[in-house]
Amino acid sequence: MKVKVISRSADEFTRERSNDLQRVFRNYDPSIRSQEKAVEYVRALNAAKLDKIFARPFIGAMDGHIDAISCMAKNPNHLKGIFSGSMDGDIRLWDISSRRTVCQFPGHQGAVRGLAVSTDGQILVSCGTDCSVRLWNVPVAAPMELGGSTENSAEPISVYVWKNAFWGVDHEWGGERFATVGAQVDIWNHNRSQPIQSFEWGSDSVISVRFNPGEPDLLATSASDRSITLYDLRQSSPVRKMIMMTKTNSLSWNPREPLNFTAANEDGNCYSYDARKLDEAKCVHKDHVSAVMDIDYSPTGREFVTGSYDRTVRIFQYNGGHSREIYHTKRMQRVFCVKFSCDASYVISGSDDTNLRLWKANASEQLGVVLPRERKKHDYHEALKNRYKYLPEVKRIVRHRHLPKPIFKATSLMRAMADARKRKDERRKAHSAPGSIKTKPLRTRRIIKEVE
Amino acid sequence: MAEVLDNDTLARDKPSTEKDISDELDLKIQKYLRGEGGNLEVLTDKKLKGQLSVREELYSKSAKVAAKADKWLVPSEGGYLEAEGIEKTWRIKQEAIAKEVDILSSRNQYDIVLPELGPYALQFTSSGRYMALGGRKGHLGIVDLMNMNLIKEFQVRETVRDVTFLHNELFFAAAQKKYTYIYDRHGTELHCLKEHGPVLRLQFLKNHFLLASINKFGQLHYQDVTTGAMVGNFRTGLGRTDVMQVNPFNGVVALGHSGGTVTMWKPTSSAPLVKMLCHHGPVSALAFHSNGHLMATAGKDKKIKLWDLRKYEVFQTLHGHANTLDFSQKGLLAYGTGSSIQVLGDLSGSQNYSRYMTHSMVKGYQISKLMFRPYEDVLGIGHSMGWSSILIPGSGEPNFDTWVANPFETSKQRREKEVRSLLDKLPPETIMLDPSKIGTVKPAQKEKKPKKEREADIDAAVEAAKDIKMKKKTKGRSKPSKKVKKMKEAIEKVKRPFLEEKMKEEAISRKKRKISEEVSLPKSLKRFAGKKLAI
Repeated sequence: MKVKVISRSADEFTRERSNDLQRVFRNYDPSIRSQEKAVEYVRALNAAKLDKIFARPFIGAMDGHIDAISCMAKNPNHLKGIFSGSMDGDIRLWDISSRRTVCQFPGHQGAVRGLAVSTDGQILVSCGTDCSVRLWNVPVAAPMELGGSTENSAEPISVYVWKNAFWGVDHEWGGERFATVGAQVDIWNHNRSQPIQSFEWGSDSVISVRFNPGEPDLLATSASDRSITLYDLRQSSPVRKMIMMTKTNSLSWNPREPLNFTAANEDGNCYSYDARKLDEAKCVHKDHVSAVMDIDYSPTGREFVTGSYDRTVRIFQYNGGHSREIYHTKRMQRVFCVKFSCDASYVISGSDDTNLRLWKANASEQLGVVLPRERKKHDYHEALKNRYKYLPEVKRIVRHRHLPKPIFKATSLMRAMADARKRKDERRKAHSAPGSIKTKPLRTRRIIKEVE
Repeated sequence: MAEVLDNDTLARDKPSTEKDISDELDLKIQKYLRGEGGNLEVLTDKKLKGQLSVREELYSKSAKVAAKADKWLVPSEGGYLEAEGIEKTWRIKQEAIAKEVDILSSRNQYDIVLPELGPYALQFTSSGRYMALGGRKGHLGIVDLMNMNLIKEFQVRETVRDVTFLHNELFFAAAQKKYTYIYDRHGTELHCLKEHGPVLRLQFLKNHFLLASINKFGQLHYQDVTTGAMVGNFRTGLGRTDVMQVNPFNGVVALGHSGGTVTMWKPTSSAPLVKMLCHHGPVSALAFHSNGHLMATAGKDKKIKLWDLRKYEVFQTLHGHANTLDFSQKGLLAYGTGSSIQVLGDLSGSQNYSRYMTHSMVKGYQISKLMFRPYEDVLGIGHSMGWSSILIPGSGEPNFDTWVANPFETSKQRREKEVRSLLDKLPPETIMLDPSKIGTVKPAQKEKKPKKEREADIDAAVEAAKDIKMKKKTKGRSKPSKKVKKMKEAIEKVKRPFLEEKMKEEAISRKKRKISEEVSLPKSLKRFAGKKLAI
């Protein structure tokens, strides 16, 4: 007879000294855990609820300007710094971590309309309605020790006055050139007092400009004649122009896929285009109920942030038709400019109420040092939510956002209008000869024509 | 579970070659994969296909890791009992086993004789460390089995029919003469559950924190012990019964009735999920295997049946009475009647339960309750003269998981675990026959077959019925006329399901037509709708 029975001596299975860690034994056998799936589902539900509980995206407001913020620029070389320009001609450098002004750049007589920082983080370019372009030295990041009370002010390196008011400026990636837009598109060099190149196509004023992050000679502008134009600096004339039904207020290139850009449109939608193929948008990002004023891509290229005239900031996936997140507060007015921070974890918005606001890019993310065990737990929760995201209850909780009443009403109104339009189109189609009415998809409907 | 037993036998035979080890690992990987992966070849959506294949790869990787951990890292091996030569395992006596095993294990063989207060009901915690006792005459107690320490005993001076632990050893419920009471470890009465009535059997669903009870009037109650809410209250309508068992696999409560039926219940439906006729005569005991596929029932018709719950079919019938049945974690089945205990095992791994061990109590002891102790090779016996404990090698799961059930739990760990299990408390809706249905897609509705195909089906079935050979029977039952009659009956029987289906469809379509007729008629004629028009 051979016999063996389970016998466990307490010494082997418990700790030796009281300051040891408790011993842990694992048995991954599925048969000792019943109803695994139900347990997982309940955990996913709890994770979704916890996410909602911890969703506190607003970190703080940066107060100091005395007029509406019109433009912002992030310092590519310094994570904590952000520049903002206001309608009264004031330019400020903010320290995001302490949310205080580090430095002021006085000089502009009218509104500052554009700010840009060179890629090395040394030179700040500003332009405004006073027809001047000013170049500033960016102060070295140290003066925080002096305390927030002593706001030092800087003198411009150079001031170039030109023929017309400026609407925007952008700096080339990794070079010395920058482009200003107004009545025309001018390309400047740091060391020249006059533009080295000028482009003109049509007579309407150009309102925004962005250099392509991948190809330094390529830039895209939007103009008040509802057009988006692409320029190649190696050629003497613009490359391509596309006219939409409504004006594009701003545009932004996807830094990870530099041939794609997204345009923030006056009709409340954002349109993602492939620069090689402008006859059709790749994706239409709907959700804003009023004009989208500014757009900025996250450095990861997976999402972008938009600020709108409807007083909200939204975050979209680069390929998502609807926003992932909406940020609003009672005091935030029309948002004129937004920026994603260079580490993709914060969002900064500047609005009509003279404040800059700092938001978390991920509303329920834990700030500060996260211990490995916490990190593991967060990852587990993410995986659970991802796995059960299609179940109705989890989906409802994850999708739910509290909206301000005007936005909620406007959304439902717009939906009703869109439905009515759709219904009418369908009826019209049903009552006309087959094939005589063609419905265009929304991706192409708002495009009027493309001009070479 | 069959393959688990297989693995153990393999392990004992010392797999020396690499091939053996890899075969064994393959078996374990199968277990940890929890079923086959989906067929991704049929998908047309490339993106989805890519995502799913990545996920499948992850699953297989984690199964491999778990299997390896299972193979090499587990601290202890399972027990076993093997006969040598002409010995038979069921002839081996407890005394012989006691001589062979170590002192620590031989302490698990004992008889506690309390002749006045029995018969005893007993219950273990999920970790197997604590035991609750309820003597019929009002004796309640909790024992710590690790150091054989009586934590508390007290006398309630009324009939105690059943006891059960709640989520941990701090609380237990006792079904007493009139009401059910909840006591804590110190014997303090915490709650009196009047709504349950005079309860005969209690069961606790530890994932859902539900206390299920069946009372004298055949009413099934579910009470949430965290909030006190009565989740379900159903009249079974099948009379008084004290046969009740929770299926640990899915949380469904099964009741065995005096009519020979077994019904299965969930707290969110007032009708039973399953009603199956198991015995010709009252059902006397019920037990579920922890993998959820196996149910054992015993009836007063002197039969013990083993059911495959995936098909609701008997796969083995044994002869014998059983007052009480229980499956161990490794799949051994114990049944007790009178003063003898039989333990059956699926020794060949082919779903064929055969005798593994036997044990006889002193003559005159009436066994009332058998229960295997989790994570130990021990069978607890409650009987009319007290309680006993014997060794059944190979019955318990040798390796516990600290986060599931820990026999060496400290009070701090217990507190931690209480909070965690409360966070993971399942809503009553998650109790269903197939718990893996959660999070899956509802299958598309069956498409109706065309008429031709259906007729072909009927023809095929009829042909198949004709081909069946009749048995040669004696005494004129094989007369040609009888044979023809029998054949006709068989054909009718085969045809019936098809005809019933057709009738059902026709009824539905008739109903639809009636509604549409009513709609199309002018208002004044509507009252004539449905009546046949006489022309």
